[in-house]
Amino acid sequence: MNLLLAQVQIRERTQDTCVSDNGFCPGWIADNFDRYVHPFFQHVVLTVVAVAIGFAIAFTLALLAYRHRWLINPVTQVTGVLYTVPSIAAFFLLLPITGRGFVTATIALVAYVLLIIFRNVLTGLDNVPDETKDAGRGMGLTDRQLLWRVEVPLAMPEIMAGLRIAVTTTVGLATLAFFAGAGGLGEQIFADITFKSNVVVAGGLAVALAAALDGAILLTQRAITPWTRAAAAR
Amino acid sequence: MNAFFDAIDFIFSERESPAGGSQVGGLGQIWELMWPHLQLSGASLGIACAIAIPLGLWLGHIGKGGFLAINASNVGRAVPSLALIAFFVAYVGVGFTNLTLALVLLAIPPVLTNTYTGVRQVDADSVDSARGMGMTGAQVVRRVELPLALPLIFGGLRISAVNVVATATIAPLAGVVTLGDPIINVNTYGDEGRLAAALVVALLAVATELVLGAVQRAVTPRGLKLEGGGRWRRLAMALPNNRREATT
Repeated sequence: MNLLLAQVQIRERTQDTCVSDNGFCPGWIADNFDRYVHPFFQHVVLTVVAVAIGFAIAFTLALLAYRHRWLINPVTQVTGVLYTVPSIAAFFLLLPITGRGFVTATIALVAYVLLIIFRNVLTGLDNVPDETKDAGRGMGLTDRQLLWRVEVPLAMPEIMAGLRIAVTTTVGLATLAFFAGAGGLGEQIFADITFKSNVVVAGGLAVALAAALDGAILLTQRAITPWTRAAAAR
Repeated sequence: MNAFFDAIDFIFSERESPAGGSQVGGLGQIWELMWPHLQLSGASLGIACAIAIPLGLWLGHIGKGGFLAINASNVGRAVPSLALIAFFVAYVGVGFTNLTLALVLLAIPPVLTNTYTGVRQVDADSVDSARGMGMTGAQVVRRVELPLALPLIFGGLRISAVNVVATATIAPLAGVVTLGDPIINVNTYGDEGRLAAALVVALLAVATELVLGAVQRAVTPRGLKLEGGGRWRRLAMALPNNRREATT
């Protein structure tokens, strides 16, 4: 299927001179906002699902590599290649294997965020001071208790920083997910790339989504690591 | 797997276009598509560096504008490259020059942030002793801060380069024929042409990353390599989005 053939002019025949002159038309946007709602939610689902799966995989890998240091190099190299392959290429490389649709888009997006999250979790854990760990052991914590009660909480700022980068990047890459047949705001941008009002609304929604998800993670981080604020205030 | 063999065959041999009338495929055509891809990427990266490196060095040297330099990356990440290019197509226009401008905007933030961070993390003692030796401000920048910041500057350049090479794939939307053409105009090139283009783009991005990584290691001053400590630490420095940037 030719994408250019599928491209439909979303500027219908209209009396509105603003639209036919290709201006920036608040009136058209207000009347046509409906057409962006579904792609917007497709975009949200793509981003959240990809980052959640990516986080689950990368966090597990980072915990394993924290205990077994020899894993760091191979994991970094493999996820590094996945990070470098452009997602638009990844979508088409996956097509013969997984077909068009949500699954293909999600796999490519997950592959992209692994390195970002893996690296941040591991640096977070590595930066936990030895004295703190010693104090924990002195209190009689087992290795597992030490990990979940001391090391992971203290690594939270770095972990959340990684998550923020992963989320904003994924919102951007998900605008290309329509190449894999998974819809999203990119499909709307592509539907009429020369129409100013359309480009501003679809692009603006993507930027707003990135900012909103980024802010949500930042607020979560503040809520679950109250001690970082206490330290900064002192 | 057959699809992949067909795609590799497309790279090496010509065949008639599925749309009829013209010949597509073969190394000659891949090169015809790759050359503008490289020109576009090279031009945007060159201009971005010419703007971002001096600006980052200056801001880092005077120790001001950190908010701007560090948040440039965060804002840059939040703007999808497709949205940026669509914005340029709708408001500025299509063609090589306009698209180069859009890619320059895409490439500046990582280089700017990393140059600024690179200068700021130079040991204050090194700068003090340079001043004590009677160096002027410009000499401190050129002989002390720039060399010590080079690994991070190249780290930023790597991020930008891979990003620009990837984004140049959607250049045909803005009227510039690059390796993305078989992806966007699949009727002319066929499915195997599209897959072949995806393969070549992926290889080009990985090659860019490897070459700039090697350059980055080559420009790292020997003192920094020794001081860097363990292998993991050096590896972390060599990665795109090194930790310092990631935590900001």
